[in-house]
Amino acid sequence: MTAAAAGGAPAGDWTTGTIIELDHPTDRLVRLRFHVEDRVDHLPGQHYVVRLRAPDDYTAQRSYSIASDPDDPLLELMVECLPGGEVSGFLHDVAEVGDVLELRGPIGGWFVWEGDVPAVAIAGGSGVVPLVAMARYARRMGLQDQLRIIAVARTWDDLPYAAELEKYGAFIALTRQNLGDRVAAPPYPEEVVPLVAGAERGYVCGSVGFASYATRLLGEAGLRTDTIRVEQFGETG
Amino acid sequence: MPVTRGFLGKRRASRPDRLPPGQYDTGSSWPTLTAEATPDLDVERWQMTVDGLVEQPHSWSWREAHALPSSTYFGDIHCVTTWSKFDMTFTGVSVDTLLEVARPKPEARFVMAHSTTGYTTNLPLEDLTGGKAWVVWEVDGKPLPRGHGGPVRLLVPHLYFWKSAKWVTRLELMERDRPGFWEQNGYHDRGDPWLEQRYQGDP
Repeated sequence: MTAAAAGGAPAGDWTTGTIIELDHPTDRLVRLRFHVEDRVDHLPGQHYVVRLRAPDDYTAQRSYSIASDPDDPLLELMVECLPGGEVSGFLHDVAEVGDVLELRGPIGGWFVWEGDVPAVAIAGGSGVVPLVAMARYARRMGLQDQLRIIAVARTWDDLPYAAELEKYGAFIALTRQNLGDRVAAPPYPEEVVPLVAGAERGYVCGSVGFASYATRLLGEAGLRTDTIRVEQFGETG
Repeated sequence: MPVTRGFLGKRRASRPDRLPPGQYDTGSSWPTLTAEATPDLDVERWQMTVDGLVEQPHSWSWREAHALPSSTYFGDIHCVTTWSKFDMTFTGVSVDTLLEVARPKPEARFVMAHSTTGYTTNLPLEDLTGGKAWVVWEVDGKPLPRGHGGPVRLLVPHLYFWKSAKWVTRLELMERDRPGFWEQNGYHDRGDPWLEQRYQGDP
């Protein structure tokens, strides 16, 4: 059962997924790889909803960005464990290989990149997940020169897929840890300007605070702010 | 759908009668979700316009809008990302007050709400009339913060909150429905949280 969104992005109905692989890259991250029944192929940047169901039919559901390439036979999610997180806490502490969860997706037709325009994407912390899907897609399609990635995190361990992003050629800015000969600091404008040059679209993903900071940063580096697409999560005070 | 092994659920609502299906009570926090760069909206240049299929298209300046009879909503809001927030107070002007001036033509059945950013969302006209919708500039007695759509946003609290367009500047009355921003990107044309109309294809 599929329903194409009016904008042309694929959209999938409720289905189930079986956890085939599960690991914890760090204390705060869990990586889940699902076999999805009747899977609808996604576009890089889209997300899935995970729904948990208690014996009395109480449910809790949250959205998570897809990390996998559309070509991957499994669907990969990377979930950060949030304090008191009802769904993320379950995925961290309880979920096991073989469990069957309710899934819905792919969803969202805005924060997607199909390689059609040169773009610059910036993310903070676990906000890199949809950028990883874009990067994997770009590598497979030979479009790395069309997608520049800026990944910002406090430390290397706070950055999901850090090694893979580095290999992709992403610019990684750690704010609390030196990286090679780069002293801990947020991205400097002179580091960002060359990455923005030639980009016709921007993607920003991260917490609310990060998103407003990164949007300003891209704008100051010369990107038109009306080309920026934002995906943000978390709370304001 | 299968029961999830090992899941009992811990965020059961204290007031389940007020929580639509699939939603949780976010308590004192108020998450934000925005698809575009947050604008710096200058109230001296802002206008609220009602046009399209109306007898008398009209625009109100910030000052003129504040001179209209003020109206307050007290109640709950529901976001499609599954949080709900209870007991909010928003103050502004009722959309009914704006429509009384502009006078919808009989053939007007739908509305496109436009924001200063270019964001759009579509609604049936009947969801904006009868004391169900507002243009608001205060929340809990304070100016609406910029991240939450300040200085001014649409408020349609009986629908999912993406219908409550941030930085609203125009209501365009239409004969036929056409999809707005999120609606083009897979979200529902009406968005009733009690019917769980989250995505295109939902009932």
